[in-house]
Amino acid sequence: MEPMLREALAELITKMADDELILGHRNSAWTGLGPILEEDIAFSSMAQDKIGHALALYTLLRELSGIKDMDHFAFGRQADQFKCCHLVEYPNGEYDFSLMRHFLFDAAETLRYESLEDSSFEPLRQLSRKFRGELKYHMLHGNTWVIQLGHGDEESHARMQGALDACFPLAFGIFEQGNREAFLIDQQVYPGERVLQERWLEKIYPVLVKASLNMPAPDLNPGTPGGRQGKHTVYFAPLLEEMSEVFRMDPETAW
Amino acid sequence: METLTVPLLTEALQAVMDPEIPVLSVVDLGMITAIEILGDQVLVKMIPTFSACPAINVIRNNIRIELEKRFLVPVQVDIDPAVQWNSNRMSEAGREKLRRFRITPPEVMEGEWREEMLSGIACPFCQSHQTENRSLFGSTLCRALYYCKACGNLFEHFKPLE
Repeated sequence: MEPMLREALAELITKMADDELILGHRNSAWTGLGPILEEDIAFSSMAQDKIGHALALYTLLRELSGIKDMDHFAFGRQADQFKCCHLVEYPNGEYDFSLMRHFLFDAAETLRYESLEDSSFEPLRQLSRKFRGELKYHMLHGNTWVIQLGHGDEESHARMQGALDACFPLAFGIFEQGNREAFLIDQQVYPGERVLQERWLEKIYPVLVKASLNMPAPDLNPGTPGGRQGKHTVYFAPLLEEMSEVFRMDPETAW
Repeated sequence: METLTVPLLTEALQAVMDPEIPVLSVVDLGMITAIEILGDQVLVKMIPTFSACPAINVIRNNIRIELEKRFLVPVQVDIDPAVQWNSNRMSEAGREKLRRFRITPPEVMEGEWREEMLSGIACPFCQSHQTENRSLFGSTLCRALYYCKACGNLFEHFKPLE
């Protein structure tokens, strides 16, 4: 493979994997704390899926760019070497925030993997086919609860609208363009962030309408350069500190 | 020593169970994608059910140990990236074992996964279809929680997965 394609693919896969790892870590903090048992289990299971996706993507990255140790890559990097978007870094907040983030992120994630089913890069095609069935359950979960709580009572509606107002601008950071994006589009690896963003708006809009929630006006360039360039929110360093605490005790140990 | 054949090896793999559903073997689940006999070595290719399956390395190791113990040959077990698991890969025998274990097996999918496949699931205790989904997620990634309105039992359903 030519080095330019290798680098471009590594950039794409790194940001996807980092999103999965960080949101998986955030969502896993609901284990034992969910508002009802079923939601406790749902968030724990979806967090497990995310970590599984992260592992599969880091494995791909290892084969692609010769990373020696995936634990070192996942837990040993400096904050500015992570390429996750700001949305996934934010603390869990209350359940409404976590649920809305899950709904917005997983819709984007689903569309990203759907687009990769036609990728010119075979390993991403394979992973996408593997993840698609699992993501259908995540989407159904997110849609169901957003609609249900949008119509619950005054408080649940107000909370969901508040969560949407808070998450929506951040969610555009998912689609922050990468440095080598034009090349990836040209090589038919994926259709690029602008296209995914358009499809995402089309996907979430009908669900928000059904939930009687008002979609805020899109802010197409929030806080760029952002996570994809390694520039993170104040929440990220403490998150990384906590997440890698056990790893750093003995980085060379075998688990 | 027994002469190694693919059917013999497949039959031996019936002894390797899924740690999370101990009545189902890796063969019942459709996790084995290829068995190759290369001289006096065996190569088994397998796939996880769900991509975040925490048991995958345990299962992989169990396959190797079981076959090496029984046939006294070196066995290599690889993950097969070319094949993706879906719930149609589960055998009819496996579905019957699941029913007896009181977990409703996944419906055989014709075409794409549809949301409607999650309703009207037969209760494994009383066979009523008057059931409702309580949670899309259950005690393991592959299961969902249901309630039977006819007999009042909570039960689990092995989810259909595309």
